Amino acid sequence: MSWRLWLPLLAFAGFLGLAAYQLTQPRDEIVESRMIGKALPYFDLEPATASLPGAASDDFKDGQPRLLNIWASWCLPCIAEAPQLERLRNEGATIVGVAIRDRPEDVARFLERHGNPYAAIGSDDLSEVQLGIGSSGVPETFVITGTGKIAYQHIGDIRERDVPILLEKLREAGE
Amino acid sequence: MRSLCLSLVLALFAFAPLAAQQSVPPAPFAYRQLDNPGEEALAQELMETLRCLTCQSQSIADSDAPMAGDMRHQVRIRIAAGESPEEIRSWLMQRYGDYVSYRPEVSATTWPLFAVPVLILIAALAIFRRRFARRA
Amino acid sequence: MIAELGLAALWLAAALAVLQLVAGALAVRQDAASGETGIADLTRPATIVQGVFAALSFVALLYVFAITDLSVKLVADNSHSLKPMIYKLSGAWGNHEGSMLLWVTVLAASGALIAVVERRLPERMMQAVLAAQGFVALGFYAFLLLSSNPFERLPIPAQEGAGLNPLLQDIGLAFHPPTLYLGYVGLSVAFSFAVGALITRQVTPEFARAMRPWVLGAWVFLTLGITAGSYWAYYELGWGGWWFWDPVENASLMPWLAATALLHSTSVLAARDALRAWTIMLGVVAFSMSMLGTFLVRSGILTSVHAFAVDPQRGTFILFLLAIYIGGALLLFALRAGAVSEGARFSVASREGALVVNNVLLSAILAVVLLGTLYPLLTEAFDVRVSVGPPYFNPVGAIFALPMVAVMAVGPLLRWRRDGFGRIRRELALMGAVLVAALILVSLIGEVAFLPLLGLALAAMLALASVMPLRGRNLRRVPIATWGMVFGHLGLAVALFGMASESAFTKERLAALAPGEETTVGPWAVTLDQIAPAAGANWTAMEARLSARLEIGDPIVLTPQHRTFWAPPQQTAESVLATRWNGQLYAVIGNQAGATGAGPERWQVRLWWKPFVTWIWYGGVLIALGGALALIGHVQADWRRRLVRRKAAARRQEMGREQPT
Repeated sequence: MSWRLWLPLLAFAGFLGLAAYQLTQPRDEIVESRMIGKALPYFDLEPATASLPGAASDDFKDGQPRLLNIWASWCLPCIAEAPQLERLRNEGATIVGVAIRDRPEDVARFLERHGNPYAAIGSDDLSEVQLGIGSSGVPETFVITGTGKIAYQHIGDIRERDVPILLEKLREAGE
Repeated sequence: MRSLCLSLVLALFAFAPLAAQQSVPPAPFAYRQLDNPGEEALAQELMETLRCLTCQSQSIADSDAPMAGDMRHQVRIRIAAGESPEEIRSWLMQRYGDYVSYRPEVSATTWPLFAVPVLILIAALAIFRRRFARRA
Repeated sequence: MIAELGLAALWLAAALAVLQLVAGALAVRQDAASGETGIADLTRPATIVQGVFAALSFVALLYVFAITDLSVKLVADNSHSLKPMIYKLSGAWGNHEGSMLLWVTVLAASGALIAVVERRLPERMMQAVLAAQGFVALGFYAFLLLSSNPFERLPIPAQEGAGLNPLLQDIGLAFHPPTLYLGYVGLSVAFSFAVGALITRQVTPEFARAMRPWVLGAWVFLTLGITAGSYWAYYELGWGGWWFWDPVENASLMPWLAATALLHSTSVLAARDALRAWTIMLGVVAFSMSMLGTFLVRSGILTSVHAFAVDPQRGTFILFLLAIYIGGALLLFALRAGAVSEGARFSVASREGALVVNNVLLSAILAVVLLGTLYPLLTEAFDVRVSVGPPYFNPVGAIFALPMVAVMAVGPLLRWRRDGFGRIRRELALMGAVLVAALILVSLIGEVAFLPLLGLALAAMLALASVMPLRGRNLRRVPIATWGMVFGHLGLAVALFGMASESAFTKERLAALAPGEETTVGPWAVTLDQIAPAAGANWTAMEARLSARLEIGDPIVLTPQHRTFWAPPQQTAESVLATRWNGQLYAVIGNQAGATGAGPERWQVRLWWKPFVTWIWYGGVLIALGGALALIGHVQADWRRRLVRRKAAARRQEMGREQPT
């Protein structure tokens, strides 16, 4: 009988250890995509603005790795990352945008005001591409290999320190 | 993600006079029920067990986040197209992992969730046996 | 000045808690036979004075909030000179520091109450109980004084307070937290009793009777707190759900489950001197669950839909307290409980047999809820995120809850000690008949899922069974405590009926209506008459005028709003409820529907018809009423017993004096 009396204490100690460990862990509420390493799902989006072509999954299969940037003109962090996208483009990255629930005139105004690093922007009014690749918010940036495989996901706005990482991932994706 | 979600909300309002996100209509089936009541019931049951990814701790059936609306649209059109709720659930789980579903599946990481209640049941029966079998 | 006095009172109370702890501990160590008392005698007075100082401190906090003393940081952060007085006062406990002070004040006040009135237990045990109580209070004093001083001054007084968020000015929000705290504190008293009993190795029916009112009181407040919280979420969140198995909701449910089990095992201990170690264990578990709930809610360690001021540092402190108290108590339990025999044995067909089954099942439900709530925490340690939600809790909980309802129906009909099912076979047959009839009836009504179907049938059976103990008795002579049991069980039947009915028969309608158009939901035909802007102090809204009609009778007008606040920017759906005896019509207005080009403006209207949903909360109130009646009944009975004893003692004394003459 007596060993059973220690069970509650044991269970409690287990909980304490777990809770203490979790308290030291930073709280991130990031939901990572499970599509890394898988092929980009099929999509063919209308242009989000008159000045640029739309985006389709087939465009990603020409052997050249690209960045797929999920964004929207109504999203504040997207403004914050605009200069970093500009830098990435200047370093030779090809950036394809997917604008979520956006209107052409808002997209055009955003590009005018914050610069246009995009080679193409597809308009995703129903979050179909976003759901298809396992993205859960804006902005997010994916590295896509030249064969159309999803290689890497960056969640949140791109900061200065993320630029070299993304370029490195892009280089790896090209190999 | 929460700060992201918050900034998203703030962004939404900061831009409200300029861009008014509301002017982009929600997905057709975000707030529209399927005409077939049987299909709608299936969709509703499924939506209540899927987690909204932008405003967490709410199911997509309960959330007004635009993304939840888009997810409801996906669920409804797929149900209407003849997919089974479980196919849709696993389609989403392939993309977002177990987290998106409020119904834990028996897997390498979740088996204790199901094993422990069985153990409790066995322990309860054992207690009853010990207590009641020994009466004089 | 008042703030400083409040702080001084808090320090003094803390010092007295130390005295209470030391004096009580010395009293326990003293040889009981030596008759020496000394410092041990200070235990009770220290407890009483501590209660007074804690109360003074809380009054000081109320005062600075009432006059909106903006040089106090807590006031500046959480209040505003323009708030109505009631919200100024509720602002005193509507924040972390203030709520902790309220908690410790109620704790100290209950300690003082015990010190004044509780005389039937051996003095040595009482001192152990009070020492444990002082120890618990000390932890909270340390928490307040070292890391969350509610009386902290600002170097420069603020111009105006920051807390005028109208979303938080809600009468439900003002009284929901203190209700739960009262429940938590009641459980901490039960915890102190359990620890005192373990230290002195005296687990007796008298001990159970002394502890029972505290458990009952705690249970009543927890029941009310959960009921109110559930209703508040139901109408405020605007999606028609009343329980989502969210971590914060579970955090309030777990202490309730433990307290319910404790309540029933205490009855067995009081009546039959059995389940001794088990009752002690539940006493410790119930308080652990309330501490755990506080920890989960305040540390923000789990994601929840219910926003709460979250601070990992406070989480660390609470976890530390949890480790000391619960770890210490469980260690004590492991060391001592072996020496506490379980007491009398009994047969399965007896009142206590049913209560044991009920206890084990309640504990099993508690274990399932605990497991499901903490499991995501466990997997996250391995970087895997999982969700455990209604599709897990509902069926797995039901495996244990539904048999428990069946036992609840039968148990009260059985006698204590030994009984046979043969004696109550007519009652059992009647209950079985009701169960089967309800099952058939509901299946005929329409397609109902398995769990709600079973829930409806069991609710009908339990409702009948819960009033059966009154059968054939003179209602005016039924003890109040028995009425308490009847109401408590009937309340659960009512609540279960509401839950099952809501789940089985709810009708939902989403419609994009243009003014003048009509839609239907359940038996209602609802027309959107018009939609017009409305404005409040810091919001604008679109207000819909809906008229809802049944086949007969006048239409009723509903005016749900879609509000936009600008400081802080936030959109809320103000739902409107039309309550009928047999359910609620729930209406929410959403955004303007997607412009489909030509045609009139359409608006998203969301309607639910929820048959008998209100019975969930009526049931909750009935359960609390049952608890209150049981509390009154037991306290009254104890009081009478004490009077009788005192009279007998007086008579003996008189006779002793008379005899020599």
